[in-house]
Amino acid sequence: MTILDTKDAAEMEAETPQARDLFAKFGPLMAERDRLLDSGVRDPFAIVMDEVKSPTEAVIDGKDTILLGTYNYMGMTFDPDVIQAGKDALEKFGAGTTGSRVLNGTYVGHMACEEALKEFYGMDHAMVFSTGYQANLGIVSTLAGKGDYVILDADSHASIYDGCFLGNAEIVRFRHNNVENLEKRLQRLPPEAGKLVVLEGVYSMLGDIAPLDVMVPLAKQYGAMVLVDEAHSMGFFGEQGRGVAEAQGVIDDVDFIIGTFSKSVGTVGGFCVSNHAKTEFLRLVCRPYTFTASLPPSVVATASTSIRKLMHAGNKRAHLWENSKRLHRGLRDLGFKLATDEPESAILAVLLPDQDTAVRMWQSLLEHGLYVNMARPPATPAGVYLLRCSLCAEHTTEQVEQILGMFAAAGRATGAID
Amino acid sequence: MTDRTTVFASVKTLIEPFNAKGAELTEETTFVGDLEWDSLTVMDFVASIEDEFDIVITMNQQAEIETVGQLVDAVEELKQ
Ligand SMILES: Cc1ncc(COP(=O)(O)O)c(C=O)c1O
Repeated sequence: MTILDTKDAAEMEAETPQARDLFAKFGPLMAERDRLLDSGVRDPFAIVMDEVKSPTEAVIDGKDTILLGTYNYMGMTFDPDVIQAGKDALEKFGAGTTGSRVLNGTYVGHMACEEALKEFYGMDHAMVFSTGYQANLGIVSTLAGKGDYVILDADSHASIYDGCFLGNAEIVRFRHNNVENLEKRLQRLPPEAGKLVVLEGVYSMLGDIAPLDVMVPLAKQYGAMVLVDEAHSMGFFGEQGRGVAEAQGVIDDVDFIIGTFSKSVGTVGGFCVSNHAKTEFLRLVCRPYTFTASLPPSVVATASTSIRKLMHAGNKRAHLWENSKRLHRGLRDLGFKLATDEPESAILAVLLPDQDTAVRMWQSLLEHGLYVNMARPPATPAGVYLLRCSLCAEHTTEQVEQILGMFAAAGRATGAID
Repeated sequence: MTDRTTVFASVKTLIEPFNAKGAELTEETTFVGDLEWDSLTVMDFVASIEDEFDIVITMNQQAEIETVGQLVDAVEELKQ
């Protein structure tokens, strides 16, 4: 007989304190989600790709589907050289490193990948992280400490906000892309305090770009360091594909560029490049870099190969821009409302009036064989519901025309357009 | 009027455009509970307070402010 057997259930209950249900705070969100799914629509956040045929085509629920909601901007995922590099490294170095970058997790492949990044950006230092999320989390939280200020755009990516919450700095937000609002805040901060201004090249929800040519010099004028997240611009902005800061001529004044391998590079991983000599020291004090396993050898090998190929991808780049312009013009002609008047990046956001229209439109597109991303608050700014289309350099002109046909049919079927 | 009363009056005036429910504004009125503001309204309102008093209220400080009275106290302190 154990000690538990001596007590009956009622007695046990009386002794267990009634602690609050930890899930209770999600109640309202759960109810909203149930309401949505009860209306019979498909769950927009539970898509499964059964088969992936190319950077632009997959099979979803047995149906051939054009992909217009990935971040595979440069179509590198199936590049034969990239795949071969990954296979070779997998065989030679094994499936994983089972260790941190600062212990047993740095292989020659990780060093080669950092070399490729240094060459790509023309910078002296590169640190490869396991994801872009961790790169922002680590760099933002480590650079700005107690008494310092992080000044960030209100529409910043979750990884930037989380970097702020992980660190001990004071956090100041300015209105999205608003130069005057940024300047006022810089003016009011103590001149002697350490400052890190955090900007993005392309903001991924609306696909709009930042006025870095004004904001970067402004931040410098107030003695701030500047970090620019170029996650959605690598490979097709600027002469060398270095991003919006290069395209707008201010890359030399940017202190840290954060990027990811999960978009144009076509695999997974994140990085920070910089010209600051002290950057190397961050490897020892940046917790999201130190306390996690390094990327598998096959992943860094695919990343290096892809990055080097992106240095010479002029034709792909041009075609991607052509696709973006064609789709933007076509959608506008059909009567859709787009987030930007001109195509500013490879992301085009179609604005819809409410969640119901957005979900029905999303589902109708899927039934026609097109996958796009649905986004809703709080991921989107100001109560906006949208369908986010992201183009790939491998989308053919014919595919873009097909996509427009699907938007026309789905738009009319759901009443989103006349 | 004392300085605090003046600040309280200005804060009340700045709340009005965002006071869609027409809630009564006292020291104890809460932003989330009584005024039912979401994070975007908070952001807009904070920007207008910052501009009015030429101060910066960091997100760290905002997290500590729940009532109108607490905001008035914070503004008083930051104006120094
Ligand atoms: C602006 C921005 N930064 C960082 C990330 C994180 O990238 P990763 O997928 O490598 O974690 C993303 C991707 O979602 C992003 O959009």
